[in-house]
Amino acid sequence: MTATPRTFSAPGMAARTAAILFVFVIIFTGLLSGAYQWTKPALEASAAEEKMKLVDEVLPRSEYDNKLLEDTVALPPSAELGLAEPSTLYIARHGGKPVALVFEAVAPDGYAGKIRLIIAVRSNSAVAGVRVTQHKETPGLGDYIEIKKDKNKQQPWITQFTGLSLAEVNAREWRVKKDGGRIDYHAGATVTPRAVAKAVLKAVQWANAQRETLYASQRKGVRP
Amino acid sequence: MISRDEFRTIADNGIWKQNTSIVQILGLCPLLAVTTNAVNGIMLSLATIIVMALSNIAVASLRNFIPHEIRIPVFILIVAALVTVVDLLFNANLHELYLVLGIFIPLIVTNCIVLARVEAFAAKNPPLHSTFDGVFMGVGMLWTLGLLGAMRELLGSGTLLGGIDMVFPSIQPIQLLPESYPGFLLALLPPGAFILLGCLIAWKNWMDARAAEKAKRKPPVPAEVFGCN
Repeated sequence: MTATPRTFSAPGMAARTAAILFVFVIIFTGLLSGAYQWTKPALEASAAEEKMKLVDEVLPRSEYDNKLLEDTVALPPSAELGLAEPSTLYIARHGGKPVALVFEAVAPDGYAGKIRLIIAVRSNSAVAGVRVTQHKETPGLGDYIEIKKDKNKQQPWITQFTGLSLAEVNAREWRVKKDGGRIDYHAGATVTPRAVAKAVLKAVQWANAQRETLYASQRKGVRP
Repeated sequence: MISRDEFRTIADNGIWKQNTSIVQILGLCPLLAVTTNAVNGIMLSLATIIVMALSNIAVASLRNFIPHEIRIPVFILIVAALVTVVDLLFNANLHELYLVLGIFIPLIVTNCIVLARVEAFAAKNPPLHSTFDGVFMGVGMLWTLGLLGAMRELLGSGTLLGGIDMVFPSIQPIQLLPESYPGFLLALLPPGAFILLGCLIAWKNWMDARAAEKAKRKPPVPAEVFGCN
């Protein structure tokens, strides 16, 4: 180590070693926190961008003019949405008037576990868009619910929910065709689309019931 | 500075003689988990090269200040801090690359290769030598994991470069075996990785034995002893 080896007493040696370790810890913790502080704005920006990419899929940016990611309501775990954990709901506004709710929902009864969805529901209760964000459905069979895996690129399966509203399609028709509803499905995989259709229906019903409360809670400035 | 001979020794050790995966048999956990295809193996190795070069520079530069008794905690501190910093910087500045390499960087923390090279080489050698050592150990890992991944992928699912579209969206994976190939699940599971790694090690030992024989100018060893490759 040092050029002139000195002899230390045992406690002196221990104190010296501890001091050196302490200095190393300080330096590298400082390095870490420096890197964290320095990259924080960029990380937050890219996290927000990822979120916005997802929101863009279900609600065109031209339809609202507020800072959607800052216009939030914290939701408690909700059985109607299939969410076992708290989530965040976003309110889209145009000229201050609320135009749509963007929120997450889970179809708990997929063929292979939970299917996570992001849904936007307009103020007139029509679905603006639905996308599957996470699922474990059988590749090549049930995974067409994910737009990237859908072989039909012109009209992917998930887009048939766009524009649907309970005013036109009642709850009994809001099912896959096999169950007497109007939702298309691919032969061989019925469980998956059935689960998604049910979750979307429940989410729309929930949005219709909660809409006024949600809009109002935000206007009062009740921030979670 | 570094002499040509030293450089060659370091490169030779990293790529062949002291190859991390088939000689030192280090870092088996990520090796088994990740090399289900060639692209994953190569990506993990690239991330490891970056981290090993950096941690070797850091330790080699600080080696005179680190008391022998507490070197291991200090090494762990340095490696862990550097991996985290690399992870953060990648995420912030090279976000596209991060989306590809990102999941592999935290995996490296569990990789004992980094700590092993720091302890065995960087703690005793100057920074420049140590940097090359880190890079070439990574290069050795790169070809081994790439080859292992390619073998597992080909046997397991009949494709090559699966997942390349995650890195370069314009390139499609190559279907080498006919579409009707039923797949061979064992090759994709960790036991298959062990078996193929064993074959690679046998092949390497056979190559070395043959080279040694040649050096002695004797007839080469019979090949049928090693039936794998």
